[in-house]
Amino acid sequence: MTLHYDIDGENFQTAGEASANVKKVLRQLGISTDIIRRVAIAMYEGEINMVIHANGGVADVAITPDRIEMTLEDSGNGIPDIALAMQEGYSTAPENVHELGFGAGMGLPNMKKYTDEMKIESTVGVGTKVFMAVNLK
Amino acid sequence: MTTAELCARLSLEPLCLAEPDRPVTGGYAGDLLSWVMGRAQSGDAWVTIMTNRNVVAVASMADVACIVLAEGVEPDADTLEAAQKQGVNLLRGESGAFALCAAIAAALAE
Ligand SMILES: Nc1ncnc2c1ncn2[C@@H]1O[C@H](COP(=O)(O)OP(=O)(O)OP(=O)(O)O)[C@@H](O)[C@H]1O
Ligand SMILES: [Mg+2]
Repeated sequence: MTLHYDIDGENFQTAGEASANVKKVLRQLGISTDIIRRVAIAMYEGEINMVIHANGGVADVAITPDRIEMTLEDSGNGIPDIALAMQEGYSTAPENVHELGFGAGMGLPNMKKYTDEMKIESTVGVGTKVFMAVNLK
Repeated sequence: MTTAELCARLSLEPLCLAEPDRPVTGGYAGDLLSWVMGRAQSGDAWVTIMTNRNVVAVASMADVACIVLAEGVEPDADTLEAAQKQGVNLLRGESGAFALCAAIAAALAE
């Protein structure tokens, strides 16, 4: 099963809708709550990052008997130093999202923590592609 | 202890009690959303002073039992709406986060 989402970068109010939908679908499929939780958090962090840092993008989710794969792709400014961005506490989030509780620099570390595989490809000025997978077996 | 029981026990205000029977198994306090998603456990009562609608999404993704707004803060209108729509328990207490956590811990210890 594959799911596709367009993530609107302008609208903070709808940020999280794709993740909420993925969570709902996984629940309907009878996936265990622990797996759902890991996928939902990883997906939400990635979705929010695209909204805050890249003006939106697209998300594709593939559900197979073996695993759940999430691919998030945007045409934002890219990440100059991925190793630095992966460090806990590193953030370039603007002041206006700090007020909302974002910008702790914990999103990418959470995505790594909750998934079994994570790959980031990014080119400055071109965009970022994040691949994550959670194994079902 | 269920969320409804915790709510009654601490005299919290049930702004949205979508899942009254959801068991509360622990607690977490924090306002930085990614810290909450990284550290809170499924089934926790999450104490925060953040009022924007993203707290509802975070509570849902992190699978906490309930959000407990501290200091009597007023949730944004769309936050309450989101809680109702997404079926997330949203409670409110007049005390600060420390006192609320102490009360939650005491209730869970019994
Ligand atoms: N899709 C993206 N496009 C461009 N830059 C990104 C993207 N995702 C992450 N980054 C960069 O990596 C940094 C770290 O991301 P991370 O998600 O860990 O923290 P944050 O989003 O700043 O804060 P938090 O996730 O804790 O709310 C960001 O501040 C930003 O500089
Ligand atoms: Mg982030």
